[in-house]
Amino acid sequence: MSRVPLPYNPKILELFRNPKNLGRMEDATVTAVAGNPACGDMITFYLKINDQDVIERASFESYGCAANIATSSIVTEMVKGMKLEEAWKITWKSVVEAVGGLPSVKFHCGILAVGALKRAIRTYYKRKDFSPDWLQKEPSFEEKQALEEEELAKILSKRMKMEEEK
Amino acid sequence: MTGNVKELLKAHEGLKREVYLDIENSSIVPKEVIDTMLPYYNQRAYGNPTLTHKPGWEAYETIMGSTEKIAKFLGCKTLEEVNFTPGETEANNLALMGAALSMKDKGKKIVISEIEPLSVLHVADMLNKRGFAIAKIPVDSEGFINLEKLEKAIDKETVLVSLAAVNHEIGTIEPIKEALEIVKDKNPKAIFHTPASDAYGKIHFNVKDLDVDLATISSYKILGPRGIGALYVKEGVNMERILEGQIGTQKLWPGVENTPLIVGFAKASELAFKNFEENVNHMRRLRDELIDGVIGKISDVRLNGPKGDKRAPDNVNISFLKCEGEALTIELSLNGVYVSSGSACTRRLLQPSHVLVAIGRKFAEAHGSILMKVTRYHTEEDINYVLEVIPKAVERIRGIVGSTGVE
Repeated sequence: MSRVPLPYNPKILELFRNPKNLGRMEDATVTAVAGNPACGDMITFYLKINDQDVIERASFESYGCAANIATSSIVTEMVKGMKLEEAWKITWKSVVEAVGGLPSVKFHCGILAVGALKRAIRTYYKRKDFSPDWLQKEPSFEEKQALEEEELAKILSKRMKMEEEK
Repeated sequence: MTGNVKELLKAHEGLKREVYLDIENSSIVPKEVIDTMLPYYNQRAYGNPTLTHKPGWEAYETIMGSTEKIAKFLGCKTLEEVNFTPGETEANNLALMGAALSMKDKGKKIVISEIEPLSVLHVADMLNKRGFAIAKIPVDSEGFINLEKLEKAIDKETVLVSLAAVNHEIGTIEPIKEALEIVKDKNPKAIFHTPASDAYGKIHFNVKDLDVDLATISSYKILGPRGIGALYVKEGVNMERILEGQIGTQKLWPGVENTPLIVGFAKASELAFKNFEENVNHMRRLRDELIDGVIGKISDVRLNGPKGDKRAPDNVNISFLKCEGEALTIELSLNGVYVSSGSACTRRLLQPSHVLVAIGRKFAEAHGSILMKVTRYHTEEDINYVLEVIPKAVERIRGIVGSTGVE
């Protein structure tokens, strides 16, 4: 284990103290989860999408550090009122920019937040059994990263169980 | 670096009370200690103790006087047994590497436990890459080392055993006397090292009663200045240097002696051992109030490490389920309570504390752990304040977690 300085900037602090769009959404059109408690990093996204494919409302819940909370919160702010096609174009870099920058060791928090968003969008269309032209078939960078993190957590948990049995 | 901590610091303005409990990672140095140190920077004894002038001889006299105090508290037979280093990390590095180098022709096995400090674990890993076999003894759910497995691990090849007297994270007071007997019975030649930074000045610990070969102690853990520690090396134990350069009064560590820090370390030792029983009882009382208060007020919490007399008097380590540790430390900080979390989110996967993993905590339990250490300077009011702040902070962070990650 190693530690690094984490000089969080004012925007992160503000979103940590007063997260926007926090909490479960009972009438969500689609819900997506990314991460795993074993990674110490997990996000649930709730989107309310209308029949014009516009995100009317977005909310989140987060098991994670201040950067995780802040990036999740800002994504819910960014996507509000967006068409899904526009929301799909959000990248982790634009999220990091929107929160005013992150220590590099925390980039993965922004990546996970966008991964959760893209999963939600994909789930929505899968359920409609329709795939718009702009929705790329292969997973986006953020989706791949989220998946990789979850796989790593699984491997780690398995390894721990094996050590216990030894 | 993208951040700016000015706003973070400003967010702490107007706190009605501040309670610093992160003694594991750095400490507040009492004014009494600082006052004792200051004259040695510019008024007297600022010379090099090996040189032939007045400030040099003054430094020699001062260092010897301080060494004598520490040697007495530690139970040493001679002053040469105390070897100052720039800290606990360096003393542990010296212990492992210095012993391994001096014993390398006698055997190639080193025995440690799974819950040793990183300055033991990582050095062992490094020695492993250089040809030493490392056996890591497991611990039970409270952190006690498995003595049967220890006995089995010791063989003729074993040249070094390093087992902490008190665990730094969960406060387990190890059966180190029994461990020492087991090791010396099976292989009298093996060098026995104990990292004792969490024992010295906190529990009954000295090398007269516990006849170890090497012991590491640290200044800041007893509220002395940072940047100074010591390795006790029993008379007759062969050690090699791991750094080379100008040798002075410290045969195992080159470089110019830091007289003010040595003076501060000795003063901090004096203060820790003055009214020792009273200090320890005070810490124990506050420790138990903190533990019982948190467990009584908050649901889904787990105490890490044993309860009662087998626990270091200052140590409180609690896991909060459904609560992420870093977020909790920030929330507590914004309310004036300064603690550390057992996990460090500095990679894609949060790194859980190896100690908590070794006692069988699940990752999510390790991620929500908080480590606190009380000192003789903390008061009832401090603890009451902490017990007021923690439940609110946990509630807020759990509110953000919501239903995410509920297994």
